[in-house]
Amino acid sequence: MTEVISEELPITRQKPFDPPAEVTEIREKARISRLRFTDGHLGWLVTGHHQVREVLGSPKFSNDPRKHHLLDKRFQGDVPDDPEARKPQPGLFLSQDPPDHTRLRKMLQGQFTVRRMNQLSEWIGTIVDDQLKHVRSLNGKADLVTEFALPVPSLVICALLGVDYDERHRFQEDTATLLRLGSSFEEVRAALERIQGFMRELITRKKANPGDDMISDLLATGEPTDEEASNMAMLLLLAGHETTANMLGLGTFTLLRHPDQLKILKDEPESIDNAVEELMRYLSIVHFGPVRTAVEDVEIDGHLIKAGDTVLLHLPAANRDPDKFAGDPDELDLRRPASGHVAFGHGIHQCLGQQLARIEMRIGFSKLFQEFPDLRLDVAPEEVPLRADMGIYGVHSLPVAWSA
Amino acid sequence: MRISVDQSKCCGSGMCVLTDPDLFDQSEEDGTVVLLQEHPDAAHEATAKEAASLCPASAITIS
Repeated sequence: MTEVISEELPITRQKPFDPPAEVTEIREKARISRLRFTDGHLGWLVTGHHQVREVLGSPKFSNDPRKHHLLDKRFQGDVPDDPEARKPQPGLFLSQDPPDHTRLRKMLQGQFTVRRMNQLSEWIGTIVDDQLKHVRSLNGKADLVTEFALPVPSLVICALLGVDYDERHRFQEDTATLLRLGSSFEEVRAALERIQGFMRELITRKKANPGDDMISDLLATGEPTDEEASNMAMLLLLAGHETTANMLGLGTFTLLRHPDQLKILKDEPESIDNAVEELMRYLSIVHFGPVRTAVEDVEIDGHLIKAGDTVLLHLPAANRDPDKFAGDPDELDLRRPASGHVAFGHGIHQCLGQQLARIEMRIGFSKLFQEFPDLRLDVAPEEVPLRADMGIYGVHSLPVAWSA
Repeated sequence: MRISVDQSKCCGSGMCVLTDPDLFDQSEEDGTVVLLQEHPDAAHEATAKEAASLCPASAITIS
Protein backbone atom coordinates (compact mmCIF):
# COMPACT_ATOMS: atom_id res chain seq x y z
CA MET A 1 0.00 0.00 0.00
CA THR A 2 1.45 3.41 -1.01
CA GLU A 3 1.46 5.80 1.89
CA VAL A 4 0.02 9.26 1.43
CA ILE A 5 2.04 11.81 3.40
CA SER A 6 0.99 15.41 4.06
CA GLU A 7 3.74 17.72 5.29
CA GLU A 8 1.07 20.16 6.50
CA LEU A 9 -2.67 19.89 7.10
CA PRO A 10 -4.60 21.65 4.31
CA ILE A 11 -6.96 24.08 6.05
CA THR A 12 -8.05 26.45 3.28
CA ARG A 13 -11.65 25.86 2.23
CA GLN A 14 -12.29 26.68 -1.41
CA LYS A 15 -16.06 26.54 -0.94
CA PRO A 16 -17.86 27.89 2.11
CA PHE A 17 -19.64 24.66 3.10
CA ASP A 18 -17.07 22.05 2.09
CA PRO A 19 -13.89 20.77 3.70
CA PRO A 20 -10.68 21.73 1.86
CA ALA A 21 -10.57 20.03 -1.56
CA GLU A 22 -7.09 18.66 -0.76
CA VAL A 23 -8.46 16.86 2.32
CA THR A 24 -11.20 15.29 0.20
CA GLU A 25 -8.54 14.17 -2.30
CA ILE A 26 -6.49 12.65 0.50
CA ARG A 27 -9.56 10.79 1.79
CA GLU A 28 -10.25 9.36 -1.66
CA LYS A 29 -6.67 8.09 -1.83
CA ALA A 30 -6.41 6.82 1.74
CA ARG A 31 -8.90 6.92 4.63
CA ILE A 32 -5.85 6.77 6.90
CA SER A 33 -2.78 8.71 5.77
CA ARG A 34 0.32 10.22 7.34
CA LEU A 35 0.59 13.80 8.60
CA ARG A 36 3.67 15.70 9.75
CA PHE A 37 3.35 17.44 13.12
CA THR A 38 5.34 20.54 14.16
CA ASP A 39 8.17 18.66 15.89
CA GLY A 40 8.74 16.47 12.85
CA HIS A 41 6.63 13.63 14.24
CA LEU A 42 5.06 11.61 11.45
CA GLY A 43 1.57 11.08 12.81
CA TRP A 44 -1.72 10.23 11.14
CA LEU A 45 -4.59 11.93 9.37
CA VAL A 46 -7.84 9.98 9.50
CA THR A 47 -10.51 11.07 7.03
CA GLY A 48 -12.72 7.97 6.72
CA HIS A 49 -15.96 7.79 8.67
CA HIS A 50 -15.56 4.24 9.89
CA GLN A 51 -11.92 4.80 10.79
CA VAL A 52 -12.65 8.04 12.68
CA ARG A 53 -15.26 6.20 14.73
CA GLU A 54 -12.86 3.38 15.44
CA VAL A 55 -10.16 5.69 16.80
CA LEU A 56 -12.55 7.87 18.81
CA GLY A 57 -14.23 4.78 20.23
CA SER A 58 -11.00 3.08 21.26
CA PRO A 59 -9.69 3.19 24.85
CA LYS A 60 -6.18 2.89 23.39
CA PHE A 61 -6.19 6.59 22.51
CA SER A 62 -5.75 9.46 24.97
CA ASN A 63 -7.06 13.00 24.86
CA ASP A 64 -4.57 14.33 27.40
CA PRO A 65 -3.02 17.41 25.70
CA ARG A 66 0.34 16.61 27.29
CA LYS A 67 0.54 13.47 25.14
CA HIS A 68 -0.28 15.15 21.83
CA HIS A 69 2.34 16.30 19.35
CA LEU A 70 1.53 19.88 18.35
CA LEU A 71 -0.34 20.01 15.08
CA ASP A 72 0.60 23.17 13.37
CA LYS A 73 3.25 25.92 13.42
CA ARG A 74 0.85 28.31 11.70
CA PHE A 75 -1.20 28.70 14.86
CA GLN A 76 0.64 26.84 17.60
CA GLY A 77 4.09 28.31 16.95
CA ASP A 78 4.46 29.78 20.44
CA VAL A 79 3.06 26.90 22.49
CA PRO A 80 5.79 25.86 24.96
CA ASP A 81 7.57 22.60 24.17
CA ASP A 82 7.21 21.48 27.77
CA PRO A 83 4.13 19.25 27.78
CA GLU A 84 3.44 20.11 31.43
CA ALA A 85 2.53 23.64 30.28
CA ARG A 86 -0.45 21.97 28.59
CA LYS A 87 -1.55 20.04 31.65
CA PRO A 88 -5.37 19.99 31.73
CA GLN A 89 -6.78 21.88 34.68
CA PRO A 90 -8.86 20.01 37.23
CA GLY A 91 -12.44 19.71 36.00
CA LEU A 92 -11.73 20.16 32.29
CA PHE A 93 -12.90 16.64 31.59
CA LEU A 94 -12.89 17.09 27.81
CA SER A 95 -9.09 17.01 28.03
CA GLN A 96 -8.89 14.13 30.49
CA ASP A 97 -8.90 10.36 30.21
CA PRO A 98 -10.73 7.85 32.42
CA PRO A 99 -11.04 7.55 35.34
CA ASP A 100 -10.99 11.34 35.94
CA HIS A 101 -13.07 11.99 32.85
CA THR A 102 -15.64 9.38 33.81
CA ARG A 103 -16.01 10.65 37.36
CA LEU A 104 -16.53 14.29 36.29
CA ARG A 105 -18.73 13.64 33.26
CA LYS A 106 -21.00 11.40 35.31
CA MET A 107 -21.72 14.30 37.66
CA LEU A 108 -23.33 16.14 34.73
CA GLN A 109 -24.81 13.40 32.58
CA GLY A 110 -28.08 13.29 34.48
CA GLN A 111 -28.65 16.96 33.67
CA PHE A 112 -28.50 16.45 29.89
CA THR A 113 -30.69 13.41 29.31
CA VAL A 114 -33.05 13.23 26.35
CA ARG A 115 -36.04 13.47 28.70
CA ARG A 116 -34.75 16.53 30.56
CA MET A 117 -33.89 18.28 27.32
CA ASN A 118 -37.30 17.49 25.80
CA GLN A 119 -38.91 19.06 28.86
CA LEU A 120 -37.12 22.30 27.95
CA SER A 121 -38.70 22.50 24.47
CA GLU A 122 -41.50 24.86 25.39
CA TRP A 123 -39.21 27.18 27.33
CA ILE A 124 -36.64 27.22 24.51
CA GLY A 125 -39.53 27.97 22.15
CA THR A 126 -40.37 31.13 24.11
CA ILE A 127 -36.71 32.24 24.08
CA VAL A 128 -36.64 31.77 20.29
CA ASP A 129 -39.99 33.57 19.88
CA ASP A 130 -38.79 36.53 21.95
CA GLN A 131 -35.57 36.75 19.97
CA LEU A 132 -37.45 36.61 16.67
CA LYS A 133 -39.72 39.41 17.89
CA HIS A 134 -36.58 41.40 18.50
CA VAL A 135 -35.32 40.61 14.99
CA ARG A 136 -38.71 41.68 13.58
CA SER A 137 -38.28 45.07 15.26
CA LEU A 138 -35.13 45.72 13.23
CA ASN A 139 -36.89 47.06 10.13
CA GLY A 140 -36.14 44.58 7.44
CA LYS A 141 -32.44 43.84 7.82
CA ALA A 142 -30.08 42.50 10.45
CA ASP A 143 -26.94 40.52 11.13
CA LEU A 144 -28.47 37.18 11.97
CA VAL A 145 -25.46 36.09 14.04
CA THR A 146 -25.56 39.06 16.43
CA GLU A 147 -29.34 39.25 16.66
CA PHE A 148 -30.37 35.59 16.66
CA ALA A 149 -27.82 32.78 16.20
CA LEU A 150 -25.55 33.80 19.09
CA PRO A 151 -28.17 35.16 21.55
CA VAL A 152 -30.46 32.10 21.49
CA PRO A 153 -27.97 29.46 22.69
CA SER A 154 -26.28 32.02 24.98
CA LEU A 155 -29.58 32.83 26.68
CA VAL A 156 -30.37 29.13 27.02
CA ILE A 157 -27.04 28.03 28.50
CA CYS A 158 -26.83 31.08 30.78
CA ALA A 159 -30.27 30.35 32.22
CA LEU A 160 -29.52 26.63 32.61
CA LEU A 161 -26.24 27.29 34.38
CA GLY A 162 -27.49 30.22 36.42
CA VAL A 163 -25.17 32.76 34.74
CA ASP A 164 -26.51 36.30 34.36
CA TYR A 165 -26.87 36.90 30.59
CA ASP A 166 -26.18 40.59 31.16
CA GLU A 167 -22.66 39.56 32.17
CA ARG A 168 -21.97 37.94 28.80
CA HIS A 169 -19.33 40.57 28.04
CA ARG A 170 -17.27 38.75 30.67
CA PHE A 171 -16.99 35.59 28.58
CA GLN A 172 -18.02 36.18 24.95
CA GLU A 173 -14.90 38.00 23.75
CA ASP A 174 -12.60 35.72 25.71
CA THR A 175 -14.36 32.71 24.21
CA ALA A 176 -13.60 34.10 20.76
CA THR A 177 -9.94 34.46 21.77
CA LEU A 178 -9.85 30.83 22.86
CA LEU A 179 -11.30 29.68 19.54
CA ARG A 180 -9.27 31.97 17.29
CA LEU A 181 -6.55 29.92 15.61
CA GLY A 182 -4.20 32.91 15.50
CA SER A 183 -4.37 33.67 19.23
CA SER A 184 -1.01 33.47 20.92
CA PHE A 185 -0.43 31.10 23.81
CA GLU A 186 -0.26 34.09 26.16
CA GLU A 187 -3.53 35.56 24.82
CA VAL A 188 -5.23 32.21 25.33
CA ARG A 189 -3.86 31.92 28.84
CA ALA A 190 -4.99 35.44 29.75
CA ALA A 191 -8.48 34.87 28.30
CA LEU A 192 -8.76 31.58 30.15
CA GLU A 193 -7.74 33.23 33.41
CA ARG A 194 -10.37 35.97 33.02
CA ILE A 195 -13.15 33.48 32.34
CA GLN A 196 -11.97 31.34 35.23
CA GLY A 197 -12.03 34.36 37.52
CA PHE A 198 -15.62 34.99 36.46
CA MET A 199 -16.52 31.35 37.08
CA ARG A 200 -14.86 31.30 40.51
CA GLU A 201 -16.96 34.32 41.50
CA LEU A 202 -20.03 32.51 40.23
CA ILE A 203 -19.22 29.38 42.27
CA THR A 204 -18.76 31.51 45.40
CA ARG A 205 -22.12 33.20 44.79
CA LYS A 206 -23.93 29.92 44.12
CA LYS A 207 -22.53 28.38 47.27
CA ALA A 208 -23.85 31.29 49.31
CA ASN A 209 -27.14 31.52 47.41
CA PRO A 210 -28.04 28.34 45.54
CA GLY A 211 -30.51 28.76 42.71
CA ASP A 212 -32.58 26.47 40.51
CA ASP A 213 -29.78 25.85 38.05
CA MET A 214 -27.20 23.25 37.00
CA ILE A 215 -24.25 24.80 38.82
CA SER A 216 -26.17 24.92 42.09
CA ASP A 217 -27.25 21.31 41.53
CA LEU A 218 -23.67 20.30 40.82
CA LEU A 219 -22.41 22.01 43.97
CA ALA A 220 -25.20 20.45 46.02
CA THR A 221 -23.83 16.98 45.24
CA GLY A 222 -20.70 17.90 47.19
CA GLU A 223 -18.71 15.86 44.68
CA PRO A 224 -16.51 18.30 42.76
CA THR A 225 -13.92 20.53 44.37
CA ASP A 226 -14.50 24.26 43.86
CA GLU A 227 -11.77 24.35 41.25
CA GLU A 228 -13.28 21.39 39.40
CA ALA A 229 -16.75 22.91 39.59
CA SER A 230 -15.64 26.24 38.16
CA ASN A 231 -13.79 24.60 35.27
CA MET A 232 -16.71 22.27 34.58
CA ALA A 233 -19.05 25.25 34.54
CA MET A 234 -16.70 27.07 32.19
CA LEU A 235 -16.61 24.12 29.82
CA LEU A 236 -20.41 23.97 29.74
CA LEU A 237 -20.70 27.69 29.18
CA LEU A 238 -18.20 27.77 26.31
CA ALA A 239 -19.34 24.56 24.66
CA GLY A 240 -22.96 25.55 25.16
CA HIS A 241 -23.09 28.70 23.13
CA GLU A 242 -20.41 28.93 20.43
CA THR A 243 -21.14 25.57 18.86
CA THR A 244 -24.91 25.84 18.47
CA ALA A 245 -24.56 29.50 17.52
CA ASN A 246 -22.34 28.56 14.60
CA MET A 247 -24.64 25.77 13.46
CA LEU A 248 -27.55 28.24 13.47
CA GLY A 249 -25.56 30.88 11.58
CA LEU A 250 -23.83 28.65 9.05
CA GLY A 251 -26.93 26.42 8.77
CA THR A 252 -29.10 29.41 7.85
CA PHE A 253 -26.52 30.53 5.26
CA THR A 254 -26.51 26.99 3.86
CA LEU A 255 -30.31 26.80 3.62
CA LEU A 256 -30.53 30.20 1.95
CA ARG A 257 -28.02 28.94 -0.65
CA HIS A 258 -30.02 25.71 -1.18
CA PRO A 259 -33.55 26.99 -1.86
CA ASP A 260 -34.79 23.56 -3.01
CA GLN A 261 -33.79 22.11 0.35
CA LEU A 262 -35.20 25.05 2.28
CA LYS A 263 -38.49 24.45 0.47
CA ILE A 264 -38.60 20.90 1.87
CA LEU A 265 -38.22 22.32 5.36
CA LYS A 266 -40.96 24.89 4.76
CA ASP A 267 -43.38 22.45 3.07
CA GLU A 268 -42.79 19.58 5.49
CA PRO A 269 -42.22 20.98 8.99
CA GLU A 270 -41.96 17.44 10.36
CA SER A 271 -38.74 17.01 8.36
CA ILE A 272 -36.90 19.21 10.85
CA ASP A 273 -35.43 16.41 12.97
CA ASN A 274 -33.61 14.82 10.06
CA ALA A 275 -32.89 18.23 8.54
CA VAL A 276 -30.88 19.12 11.65
CA GLU A 277 -28.94 15.85 11.45
CA GLU A 278 -28.22 16.42 7.76
CA LEU A 279 -27.11 20.02 8.37
CA MET A 280 -24.78 18.74 11.08
CA ARG A 281 -23.41 16.04 8.78
CA TYR A 282 -22.98 18.50 5.93
CA LEU A 283 -21.36 21.27 7.98
CA SER A 284 -19.72 19.52 10.98
CA ILE A 285 -18.61 23.02 12.16
CA VAL A 286 -15.54 21.56 13.87
CA HIS A 287 -13.03 23.13 11.47
CA PHE A 288 -10.64 20.14 11.57
CA GLY A 289 -9.72 17.72 14.31
CA PRO A 290 -9.96 16.65 17.10
CA VAL A 291 -6.68 14.87 17.86
CA ARG A 292 -5.88 11.81 19.95
CA THR A 293 -2.64 10.06 20.84
CA ALA A 294 -2.18 6.29 21.01
CA VAL A 295 -1.16 5.02 24.44
CA GLU A 296 -0.33 1.56 23.10
CA ASP A 297 0.21 0.04 19.68
CA VAL A 298 -3.10 -0.40 17.89
CA GLU A 299 -4.06 -1.56 14.43
CA ILE A 300 -6.73 0.51 12.71
CA ASP A 301 -7.94 -0.60 9.31
CA GLY A 302 -4.69 -2.37 8.54
CA HIS A 303 -2.41 0.43 9.76
CA LEU A 304 -0.21 -0.04 12.80
CA ILE A 305 -0.51 3.10 14.90
CA LYS A 306 2.26 3.02 17.47
CA ALA A 307 2.13 4.12 21.10
CA GLY A 308 2.90 7.85 21.18
CA ASP A 309 1.63 8.53 17.64
CA THR A 310 -0.72 11.51 17.39
CA VAL A 311 -3.74 11.16 15.13
CA LEU A 312 -5.87 13.92 13.65
CA LEU A 313 -9.49 12.88 13.16
CA HIS A 314 -10.93 15.04 10.40
CA LEU A 315 -14.65 15.21 11.20
CA PRO A 316 -15.71 17.30 8.15
CA ALA A 317 -14.03 14.80 5.80
CA ALA A 318 -15.51 11.81 7.64
CA ASN A 319 -19.00 13.31 7.42
CA ARG A 320 -18.62 13.40 3.61
CA ASP A 321 -17.29 9.84 3.30
CA PRO A 322 -19.14 8.05 0.45
CA ASP A 323 -18.42 4.70 2.15
CA LYS A 324 -20.90 5.77 4.84
CA PHE A 325 -23.29 8.20 3.16
CA ALA A 326 -24.90 6.95 -0.04
CA GLY A 327 -25.50 9.08 -3.12
CA ASP A 328 -23.40 12.22 -3.28
CA PRO A 329 -22.33 13.11 0.27
CA ASP A 330 -21.12 16.50 -0.96
CA GLU A 331 -24.74 17.42 -1.71
CA LEU A 332 -27.03 18.71 1.03
CA ASP A 333 -30.07 16.42 1.04
CA LEU A 334 -32.50 16.92 3.90
CA ARG A 335 -34.18 13.62 3.03
CA ARG A 336 -30.98 11.59 3.34
CA PRO A 337 -30.70 9.30 6.37
CA ALA A 338 -28.03 11.37 8.13
CA SER A 339 -27.89 9.58 11.45
CA GLY A 340 -24.48 8.25 12.35
CA HIS A 341 -22.68 11.47 11.43
CA VAL A 342 -19.75 12.34 13.67
CA ALA A 343 -20.39 16.07 14.05
CA PHE A 344 -20.84 15.52 17.81
CA GLY A 345 -17.77 13.30 17.83
CA HIS A 346 -17.77 9.67 18.92
CA GLY A 347 -16.52 7.72 21.91
CA ILE A 348 -16.60 8.72 25.55
CA HIS A 349 -16.05 12.41 24.78
CA GLN A 350 -19.05 12.64 22.42
CA CYS A 351 -20.80 15.96 23.01
CA LEU A 352 -22.46 15.99 26.41
CA GLY A 353 -24.90 18.72 25.37
CA GLN A 354 -25.93 17.18 22.07
CA GLN A 355 -29.57 16.62 23.03
CA LEU A 356 -29.85 20.26 24.06
CA ALA A 357 -28.17 21.38 20.85
CA ARG A 358 -30.58 19.30 18.77
CA ILE A 359 -33.61 20.88 20.40
CA GLU A 360 -32.19 24.40 20.06
CA MET A 361 -31.51 23.81 16.37
CA ARG A 362 -34.85 22.16 15.63
CA ILE A 363 -36.78 24.98 17.26
CA GLY A 364 -34.39 27.68 16.03
CA PHE A 365 -34.45 26.79 12.32
CA SER A 366 -38.19 25.94 12.34
CA LYS A 367 -39.34 29.14 13.92
CA LEU A 368 -36.88 31.32 12.00
CA PHE A 369 -38.24 30.23 8.64
CA GLN A 370 -41.88 30.18 9.81
CA GLU A 371 -41.59 33.73 11.07
CA PHE A 372 -39.44 34.95 8.16
CA PRO A 373 -40.41 32.83 5.14
CA ASP A 374 -38.91 35.38 2.75
CA LEU A 375 -35.59 35.67 4.61
CA ARG A 376 -32.79 36.35 2.13
CA LEU A 377 -29.09 37.20 2.09
CA ASP A 378 -28.49 40.94 2.10
CA VAL A 379 -25.01 40.67 0.57
CA ALA A 380 -23.48 38.62 -2.22
CA PRO A 381 -22.77 35.11 -0.88
CA GLU A 382 -19.03 35.51 -1.38
CA GLU A 383 -19.10 38.55 0.90
CA VAL A 384 -20.30 36.58 3.94
CA PRO A 385 -17.29 36.52 6.31
CA LEU A 386 -16.40 32.90 7.06
CA ARG A 387 -14.79 31.69 10.27
CA ALA A 388 -11.78 30.24 8.48
CA ASP A 389 -9.69 31.65 11.34
CA MET A 390 -11.55 29.86 14.15
CA GLY A 391 -11.44 26.36 15.61
CA ILE A 392 -15.22 26.23 15.32
CA TYR A 393 -16.15 27.05 11.74
CA GLY A 394 -19.16 29.12 10.74
CA VAL A 395 -19.89 32.70 9.74
CA HIS A 396 -18.69 35.79 11.62
CA SER A 397 -21.82 37.60 10.52
CA LEU A 398 -24.77 36.89 8.25
CA PRO A 399 -26.42 40.00 6.82
CA VAL A 400 -30.02 39.08 6.02
CA ALA A 401 -33.12 40.98 4.90
CA TRP A 402 -36.87 40.38 4.80
CA SER A 403 -40.02 42.24 3.80
CA ALA A 404 -40.75 44.43 6.78
CA MET B 1 -33.00 -11.03 19.71
CA ARG B 2 -31.58 -10.05 23.08
CA ILE B 3 -30.30 -6.61 24.07
CA SER B 4 -27.77 -6.17 26.83
CA VAL B 5 -26.31 -2.93 28.13
CA ASP B 6 -23.15 -2.14 30.07
CA GLN B 7 -23.74 0.80 32.41
CA SER B 8 -20.05 1.01 33.26
CA LYS B 9 -19.21 1.85 29.63
CA CYS B 10 -22.16 4.21 29.06
CA CYS B 11 -21.29 7.92 28.72
CA GLY B 12 -24.87 9.19 28.78
CA SER B 13 -25.00 10.55 25.23
CA GLY B 14 -28.69 9.64 24.96
CA MET B 15 -28.31 8.30 21.41
CA CYS B 16 -30.18 5.10 22.33
CA VAL B 17 -33.15 6.97 23.80
CA LEU B 18 -33.20 9.26 20.79
CA THR B 19 -33.23 6.21 18.51
CA ASP B 20 -35.88 4.17 20.35
CA PRO B 21 -37.41 5.42 23.59
CA ASP B 22 -39.50 2.23 23.82
CA LEU B 23 -36.36 0.19 24.37
CA PHE B 24 -34.06 2.55 26.26
CA ASP B 25 -34.25 5.18 28.96
CA GLN B 26 -31.66 7.13 30.96
CA SER B 27 -31.19 7.22 34.71
CA GLU B 28 -32.28 10.50 36.26
CA GLU B 29 -29.26 10.45 38.48
CA ASP B 30 -26.31 10.04 36.12
CA GLY B 31 -27.86 9.74 32.67
CA THR B 32 -26.65 6.18 32.11
CA VAL B 33 -28.65 3.74 30.04
CA VAL B 34 -31.67 1.90 31.44
CA LEU B 35 -32.83 -1.04 29.36
CA LEU B 36 -36.63 -1.16 29.10
CA GLN B 37 -37.00 -4.29 26.97
CA GLU B 38 -34.46 -7.07 26.91
CA HIS B 39 -36.25 -8.99 24.16
CA PRO B 40 -37.70 -6.50 21.69
CA ASP B 41 -40.41 -7.58 19.29
CA ALA B 42 -39.78 -7.67 15.56
CA ALA B 43 -40.99 -4.09 15.14
CA HIS B 44 -38.09 -2.84 17.26
CA GLU B 45 -35.31 -5.02 15.89
CA ALA B 46 -34.03 -2.48 13.40
CA THR B 47 -33.95 0.37 15.91
CA ALA B 48 -32.27 -1.86 18.50
CA LYS B 49 -29.49 -2.58 16.02
CA GLU B 50 -29.24 1.08 15.10
CA ALA B 51 -28.99 2.11 18.76
CA ALA B 52 -26.18 -0.40 19.26
CA SER B 53 -24.27 0.90 16.26
CA LEU B 54 -24.77 4.56 17.17
CA CYS B 55 -23.75 4.19 20.81
CA PRO B 56 -20.53 6.21 21.17
CA ALA B 57 -19.30 4.03 24.03
CA SER B 58 -20.20 0.60 22.58
CA ALA B 59 -22.32 -0.01 25.67
CA ILE B 60 -25.13 -1.84 23.84
CA THR B 61 -24.79 -5.40 22.58
CA ILE B 62 -27.28 -7.29 20.45
CA SER B 63 -27.22 -11.09 20.45
